[in-house]
Amino acid sequence: MEQTVTQKSIKNPAPKGPDSFHLGIPFKLQDKINVWVLRTLAFAIITMLATLIVLLFKQSGEAVKEFGLWNFISTDNWNPVEDEFGGLSFLYGTTVSSLLALAIAAPVSVAIALFLNEMLPAWLGKILGLFVEMIAAIPSIVFGLWGIYYLAPFVKNTLTPMLKGSLGFLPLFQGPSFGIGMLTASLILAIMIVPTITSICREVFKTIPGHQKEAALALGATRYEMIKLAILSPSFSGIMGGVVLGFGRALGETMAVAMVIGNSTTISSSLLAPASTMASVIANEYAEADSDLHVAALCLVGIFLFVITLIINFAARSIVWHFNRKHAR
Amino acid sequence: MKHLLIIAASLFIATQASAVTKVNGAGASFPYPIYSKWFSEYKKVKADVEFNYQAIGSGGGIRQLIKQTVDFGASDAPMKEKDMKKAAWPVLHVPTVMGAVSVAFNLDGVKSLKIDGPTLAKVFMGKITKWNDPALVALNKGLKLPSTDILVVRRSDGSGTTSIFSDYLATVSPEFEKEIGRGKALKWPGATVGAKGNDGVTGVVKQTKGAIGYVELAYAIKNGLPTADVKNKNGKYVAPSIKGVSASAATLKDDVYNGDLRISIVDQVGDDVYPISAFTYILLPVTKETTQLKEVKAFLNWALTKGQDMAGDLHYAPLPTKLTEVLLKKIK
Repeated sequence: MEQTVTQKSIKNPAPKGPDSFHLGIPFKLQDKINVWVLRTLAFAIITMLATLIVLLFKQSGEAVKEFGLWNFISTDNWNPVEDEFGGLSFLYGTTVSSLLALAIAAPVSVAIALFLNEMLPAWLGKILGLFVEMIAAIPSIVFGLWGIYYLAPFVKNTLTPMLKGSLGFLPLFQGPSFGIGMLTASLILAIMIVPTITSICREVFKTIPGHQKEAALALGATRYEMIKLAILSPSFSGIMGGVVLGFGRALGETMAVAMVIGNSTTISSSLLAPASTMASVIANEYAEADSDLHVAALCLVGIFLFVITLIINFAARSIVWHFNRKHAR
Repeated sequence: MKHLLIIAASLFIATQASAVTKVNGAGASFPYPIYSKWFSEYKKVKADVEFNYQAIGSGGGIRQLIKQTVDFGASDAPMKEKDMKKAAWPVLHVPTVMGAVSVAFNLDGVKSLKIDGPTLAKVFMGKITKWNDPALVALNKGLKLPSTDILVVRRSDGSGTTSIFSDYLATVSPEFEKEIGRGKALKWPGATVGAKGNDGVTGVVKQTKGAIGYVELAYAIKNGLPTADVKNKNGKYVAPSIKGVSASAATLKDDVYNGDLRISIVDQVGDDVYPISAFTYILLPVTKETTQLKEVKAFLNWALTKGQDMAGDLHYAPLPTKLTEVLLKKIK
C-alpha cells in the first residue's frame, strides 16, 4: 500500500511555479474554464429562482382571475368543497405566530449570546455555543412530535391556568385551551429560531474590541453597565439583523407548525385557539387538492409567503451589511 | 479497491442482463402499507417485475395518471366526472381492499359509546357541544356522561379518510350535506382542532379529555383507542371491525357489481354492516396493452386472489369473493 502511494506521488507531482502545466492545460486556459464554469453555475441558480417565480405565477393565475389579489387576501372564507378561497386567516396566523415567536426568542437569544461570550470562559462558551447551534440541526418533524406529545399537554395543563390566573382579563387568553393552537406553535417556533439569532449575535459581539470593554470598566462601569454601554448599544443594528433573519425563518417554518397549530381557518383573537399559517396550509392541502382552483389558490398563498419572506430577508441583509460596513473601518 | 470495482461491475452487468420490467404507480397513502407488502411478496412470485409506488396522495395520483407519467394510479375516492374527461382514455376503477373510518373518543370512565349518523353529524358540525347533551344521553341509556365540552378533532391535511367520513355524514344527514358537503378537505364550522395525518388525530384524541375524532380503523386498533359503535341502516349498533367492513360490500346488488364500480358503500343495508366503509381503488387506463399495463393486470390478478389473505393482518378488509370474481373477469 505504502509503495503505491509513493509511486503515485512521483508519477503526478504537484504543479510548481507559474508556468508549469497541470493535466496538460495551460494555466491561462484553466482560469478561463474556471470562470465560465462558475458563471454557468451562478447563472443556473438565478434561472432556477426566476423559473420558480414564473411557474408560481402561472399556476396561481386561475385564482387571481377568479378572486382578485386584494379580495383573496382580505377574506377568510376557505372552503375547498365549494371552491371558494380567501387567504386572510393564513396571513394572520403566519404574522401573529412569527411575531410572538420573535418576542419570546429575541431577548432569550441575546441573553444567551451575552452569557456565552462574556460570562463564560472562552472554552466553555465554545462548547455550549455548539449545543445551541445543534438545536438548528434538529429536524422540524421531531420538534412537531415533541410539540404534540410534551409541549401541548404542558401548555394546556400548566401554562394556560397560569396565564389565565394572571392575565385572564386580556382577550388574548380567553376561551378554552386544547394545548394545540397559536401559543404552542409560537413556543415551538421560538425554540427553533433561537440558534439563528444567538449565533449572529455572538458574531456581532465578537467584533467589539476588547479595549472598549476595558475602557468602560476603567471608567467605573459595573459589569451590567459595561455590557449595556460597550456591547449592546454599538451592536444594536447587528442584533436587529439577526432578529429579522430569525423572523424570516419563523415565517417559512412548515412541518412543526402544521403539527401543533390546530389548522383552523377561523381567525380568533385568543392565542389559545387553533389557527393556521400560510406554509402549513400548503403542506396540508397541496397533495390532495382535487380542483384546479384549489391548487391555484394554494400557489397564490405560496406567492404571498414568498414575497413576504423575500422582503424580510432583504431587510435583514441590508441591516447586517450596513452594520458590517460601519464596523469594517 | 480493485476487487470492489470488479464486484460492482459484475453486479451491474448481472442486473442489466435479466431485463426487469419497471412499473410506476402513484397515489393514495391510505393503502400504502398493504400495497408495499403486496409488491414485496409478489416479487417472490415473479422476480422480473419491479413495482415502484409513490404514496403522494390520491389527488396527486389522479393528476399523474392524467398526465401519463405513471402506469397506474391509486385513489381512495373514485375519480370525478370532470377528471375522467381530462384523461386521454377511459379509466377503469379496480377496488383492491376496503377500509373503514372509526370514531375514536376520550372520555373519563367511558369505554363504549353508541351513536347514530345524524347525531354524529351534529357533533362534527358543532351543534352538540357537551357530552351530556340530551341526544347523546338518549342513545346511551345507563351510561353516565359527564358535562365536559366536546372537542372535535379532524384531519388538517386533505385526505381520503375525511372524504369517506364526510361521505357518510352527508349521506345520513341532509343538514351536513347542505352546510358542509363531501370532500377531502372541508370547511369545518366552530372551534375544531385540525391534526396532521391519522397519527396526529390519534395523538390529540389520546391526550385530550372530551375529544372525539375520526381515524382509520387500523390506527384505532393499534393505539387501543375506544371507538364508538355506529348505528347502521338496520338499526343495529356495530363496532368497527374488518368483518363489518367486508359486509358493506357483500350486500350490493348484482347490477352494481357488473356496472361501474365508482360507488359509495357507506350506510349499506345489513345487520353486520359497519356503515362508514369504503373501497380504495387502483386506476387503470383502458388503452392498448403495453408491457407495463400487462404486468399491472397480472399483479392485480394475484392481489385479488392470494393477496386478499394478507389484508386482515394489516387491518384492511378483504373484498367479498363474489366481487373479486367479477373484477377478475373485468381486468381480462
